[in-house]
Amino acid sequence: MSKLVSLTMAEARKGLAAKEFTAVELVDAHILQAEKARPLNAFVTETFEAARAQAAASDQRLAKGQAGAMEGLPIGMKDLFCTEGVRTTACSKILENFVPPYESTVSANLKKAGAVVLGKTALDEFAMGSSNMTSAFGAVENPWKRRSDPAARLVPGGSSGGSAAAVAARTVMGATGTDTGGSIRQPAAFCGITGIKPTYGRCSRWGVIAFASSLDQAGPMARTVRDCAIMLGAMAGHDPKDSTSAPVAVPDFEAALSGDVRGLKVGIPREYRPDGLSDEVQALWDKGIALLKAAGATPVEISLPHTKYALPTYYIVAPAECSSNLARYDGLRYGRRVDGKSLDEMYAKSRAAGFGSEVRRRILIGTYVLSAGYYDAYYAKAQKVRRLIAEDFTKAFQTVDVILTPTAPSAAFGIGETDDNPVTMWLNDVFTIPTSLAGLPGLSLPAGLSADGLPLGLQLIGRPFDEETVLRVADVMEKAVGFDAVPAFVEG
Amino acid sequence: MSLDKATVRTIANLARLEVRDDELDHLAGELSNIMTFVEQLSEVNTDGVQPMTSVAALSLPRRADVVTDGNCRDKVLANAPEQQDGFFLVPKVVE
Repeated sequence: MSKLVSLTMAEARKGLAAKEFTAVELVDAHILQAEKARPLNAFVTETFEAARAQAAASDQRLAKGQAGAMEGLPIGMKDLFCTEGVRTTACSKILENFVPPYESTVSANLKKAGAVVLGKTALDEFAMGSSNMTSAFGAVENPWKRRSDPAARLVPGGSSGGSAAAVAARTVMGATGTDTGGSIRQPAAFCGITGIKPTYGRCSRWGVIAFASSLDQAGPMARTVRDCAIMLGAMAGHDPKDSTSAPVAVPDFEAALSGDVRGLKVGIPREYRPDGLSDEVQALWDKGIALLKAAGATPVEISLPHTKYALPTYYIVAPAECSSNLARYDGLRYGRRVDGKSLDEMYAKSRAAGFGSEVRRRILIGTYVLSAGYYDAYYAKAQKVRRLIAEDFTKAFQTVDVILTPTAPSAAFGIGETDDNPVTMWLNDVFTIPTSLAGLPGLSLPAGLSADGLPLGLQLIGRPFDEETVLRVADVMEKAVGFDAVPAFVEG
Repeated sequence: MSLDKATVRTIANLARLEVRDDELDHLAGELSNIMTFVEQLSEVNTDGVQPMTSVAALSLPRRADVVTDGNCRDKVLANAPEQQDGFFLVPKVVE
């Protein structure tokens, strides 16, 4: 394994500037690693040839002193971002052959910054899932292994599981994710990397295949907090083409990493200690609290009383928006088409053939809660509870600057080890969904290993558009934790 | 909350999703489980609470009502499963 693939973006940027290696060498080393990592199934579509050409162009810009903020850095692009001329599937059969004639704003921003895209990374179908097992193109494997059972294949989490596995396996330095209820943070935790879902509105949703539009938000996944700061800076920004994109300036996120958290108040929500929370996760959380205290911050116990209603609220709001958004897949303008005797029959057959079981389930639930006679009882009710959940956070942030919680209730589980009840799978997102409903920035960073040698993550939640404080605290925690474990796949 | 097979059939029709008869029992069970799970929201007092439609605390921006895009028929049609003479082709809808 080339040592170039172990560099962080910040280190690689220095090396490129100092001409210690070229962008072509950096990208080639990552392509080699990506070829070795093919059994993990992290990429749906590889774009290695285009990446080599982009890297050569990066070298020219570097030589001319015109380097962008991510010049020559190899990344993965979640296959939910439309990429002009490159197949974009959402890991659904219904978009199996879809080649977008346009580029999403976020991927365009990254390319403008000089980032080199090695390929499109796998996800749960239409980003609906927490395991990557709902992808139409096969499960993705986590590069980490259990000490007690190294033969077991583990999930990378989801929905941005391909991105998380690709970053953890050192095939790319960072990757884009999207997060609707935890889809950046939970896979980041499962794969021992760092990921941030920024504030709703921070990154443009234009050209990102929609799941639940009031929740969907793009963000970076990388191996360090600093790299996430670099990448978020390149992704973010106001976009007139997304009416919910916030017209606010993008701060220098890297400059926020001052290393100083003295005097900050860190909220510890008592509702995030449900019965049955594993001792390991509990201990990890306590360790995080102690580290921040030692760094000069003050832990403050807070209450977010509506926490237990976040999951049922989400599973009304998200399917409702999903059923509405996915109505566009009609077999007519793009996507899979199955012929029928009438127009209606063509719609119904095309959609039945194109959607997998989890997507179908959510469309049905969403259609039900929006249907006449049930709208007020379910959908309007959930929107009201959503406001109460958001207000819990508003109140908490009157006394604290940031909130610390676990990211997920467990470490990565095995492919096929879960039961058939979809609600059990949804519990993976119990700690991340409240943040999504409130539209707040949430970051997961690796904070330790389970007894079985698997990474566990902690989550930091911030005020709206205060990613800077979240990143600053995360940077201090990262240094204090000193997480240097490497996945089995990389150890070799 | 329990959904029967007839209700599942109705929802599937509203959603334009073909469902086979032999799938109805399973789907009705699954969807009933989910609806039972979300039912707990009824215990929350939401009197006087306004539904939250967006977390973005901004009003939707406006722009002048002018054409800003277009002239890209071939791009629009590029992914069409069937097309003819510059149009999307659909099954016959007029008897």
